[in-house]
Amino acid sequence: MKSMEELKAIREKMQRQMNIRQEDPDAIRVVVGMATCGIAAGAKPVLTAFLEQVRLHNLQNVTVSQTGCIGVCRLEPIVEVYVPGEEKVTYVKMKPEMVPKIVQSHLVNHTPVSEYTIGAAE
Amino acid sequence: MDTMVRSHIMVCAGTGCSSSNSPAIIRALEQQITAHQLEGEVKVVQTGCFGLCAMGPVVLIYPEGAFYTHVTPADAPEIVEEHIIKGRIVQRLLHREGSQKNTVTSLSDTRFYKPQVRIALRNCGVIDPENIEEYIANDGYAALGRILTAPIAPQEVIDTIKASGLRGRGGAGFSTGTKWQFTKDAVSEDGIKYVACNADEGDPGAFMDRSILEGDPHSVLEAMAIAGYAVGAHIGYIYVRAEYPIAVSRLQTAIDQAHSYGLLGTNIFDSGFDFDIELRLGAGAFVCGEETALMTSIEGHRGEPRPRPPFPAVKGLFRRPTLLNNVETYANITWILNHGAQAFAAIGTPASTGTKVFALGGKIANTGLVEIPMGTTLRTIIEEIGGGCPGGKAFKAAQTGGPSGGCIPASLIDTPIDYDSLTAIGSMMGSGGLIVMDEDNCMVDIAKFFLEFIVDESCGKCTPCRIGTKRLYELLTKITEGKGTMEDLDTIEELCHHLKTSSLCALGQSAPNPVLSTLRYFREEYVAHIVEHRCPAGVCKRLLRFEIDPVKCRGCTLCIRNCPADAIAGTPKSPHIIDQEKCVKCGACMDNCRFDAICKH
Repeated sequence: MKSMEELKAIREKMQRQMNIRQEDPDAIRVVVGMATCGIAAGAKPVLTAFLEQVRLHNLQNVTVSQTGCIGVCRLEPIVEVYVPGEEKVTYVKMKPEMVPKIVQSHLVNHTPVSEYTIGAAE
Repeated sequence: MDTMVRSHIMVCAGTGCSSSNSPAIIRALEQQITAHQLEGEVKVVQTGCFGLCAMGPVVLIYPEGAFYTHVTPADAPEIVEEHIIKGRIVQRLLHREGSQKNTVTSLSDTRFYKPQVRIALRNCGVIDPENIEEYIANDGYAALGRILTAPIAPQEVIDTIKASGLRGRGGAGFSTGTKWQFTKDAVSEDGIKYVACNADEGDPGAFMDRSILEGDPHSVLEAMAIAGYAVGAHIGYIYVRAEYPIAVSRLQTAIDQAHSYGLLGTNIFDSGFDFDIELRLGAGAFVCGEETALMTSIEGHRGEPRPRPPFPAVKGLFRRPTLLNNVETYANITWILNHGAQAFAAIGTPASTGTKVFALGGKIANTGLVEIPMGTTLRTIIEEIGGGCPGGKAFKAAQTGGPSGGCIPASLIDTPIDYDSLTAIGSMMGSGGLIVMDEDNCMVDIAKFFLEFIVDESCGKCTPCRIGTKRLYELLTKITEGKGTMEDLDTIEELCHHLKTSSLCALGQSAPNPVLSTLRYFREEYVAHIVEHRCPAGVCKRLLRFEIDPVKCRGCTLCIRNCPADAIAGTPKSPHIIDQEKCVKCGACMDNCRFDAICKH
């Protein structure tokens, strides 16, 4: 170790990996329905796509987790996005290709992608 | 492509949870993760002690913060398939507390954690102790780097420690800043000085230092390097017990990693400052926790104390000025330097700043490790954090400071825990063991237990401790056998006085404390043993009588069959009788009686 910059670089790299352990009430939560219905409809590649995109955009305040069946199995895979202080947004019939747009538009720029939401599907 | 790790499964790998199989849980979880092709997406992290040892092995899963207790390797498939894959928290494994049996998902919501303030334990259960980068992520080595690169003058570092009001956490409570100053000011003829760390934690029931070393070894290494810079030393020794194999191995890993990152060794941070740390393993002699004995042992001699002065700050290791601090003291140093002396001084009481770690043990629901601000009352520790005595029994007393401390009776449960309040009531802070006793504990027996420990551990160098503690032990034995006299109590007090004033080291000087404090608060129990030949708590076997109530006894012969001494006579369906001559007072009859017909008194 020769300088504070070196130390800082390690610190920042590790903090990105470890901030998942902060129970941060302001974090954006992306929740993927992963019950039998969701998995059968292809939720797993969607989850993986979210993980890749969040990493790509280097988003610090986003957690990606999974949940059970919310009851509208015919619309699976379902992804819900909770931004603190904003209304919950439910995306339905998700495909991995749709993920980059949601991450860019909704998670980064706080503009939900309305054509993918449950309101547009019904 | 590199993906984000979406979940961290933190598994406690401290000594408590390791002994209840947590390494097997880690292996089982990793197997499941591989089997479900979740590598790179989910990470298993081994951590230090979470503190809630009674509930171990514990597993904490982020980002949900779900806190699972009493986990077994067989639970791993369910945790991975349900929680990790389907996102359904495994309800049956969630931590439950209190009588309502409400499930608590989040660790920070528990009654155990809420009153706690974690400074020395800030990284325990939070980071992987075998990964230096996780320590760096939580401001690790930032204090050392700032001091060396700025550079901040050694005197300024010492002034900050002084201003924080930090007092030695090993027991005596001497001002840490002052100790650093003495060592800095001491003149070494050849310029060599040493820094040492006392990790020879020997009090029965104490495991604070072990948990810090296991959970956050780098915090001690960094603080020792800073101390070396402040006092002008380039070599540090950690004297750690060989009975702490996990702590020893994590310390060695940490030292090796710090070397490879250039955070120990030569020219740290390109500042020209060199510092190295070596481990010395103690063979488990209690006396080696005493500072002069510890240094004698590091030098390679038999671990025996020597008279002070000269104090270690003037003439310590290898007759050079030496700074010796306890593990927990070091664990506070970098927090103080990163957050400022004022922030530390704002916690606790004016004369006892900061926090103190206690190892809760004995008759308490939540056996484990807690860190509370100084000045917290004993009531908060026992009733809120500790969850009270199990089985609804009444709290009787708490012993702090191990064999050197004293007991705090239930009547003083609202005493604030700080150095001066504890000394005022005849106990002491000690290193932080806190043993809880309930109505079933006999205080004479407790005093005898601690004295027996001292008799075993006395190094034998000075006569008062070697012979005095033995005589004291014999007098207490006499009382617990119902053969004591009231004059014996006076003899005990006189002997205690001599031990205190004429023993060579603190071990002997403080050995009478458990006897004196129980005599002070529970004299009536001593008198009951002597005058009435009765042990009020029903512990001292020689004074016990087991008897069968002929009205309640149904003559089932169960006790006759269970008695190992053939002391019970009787025929089926008629009341049985215990032969008091043959009875060995084991209690097997009473434990097994289905009709509650046997009583002891």
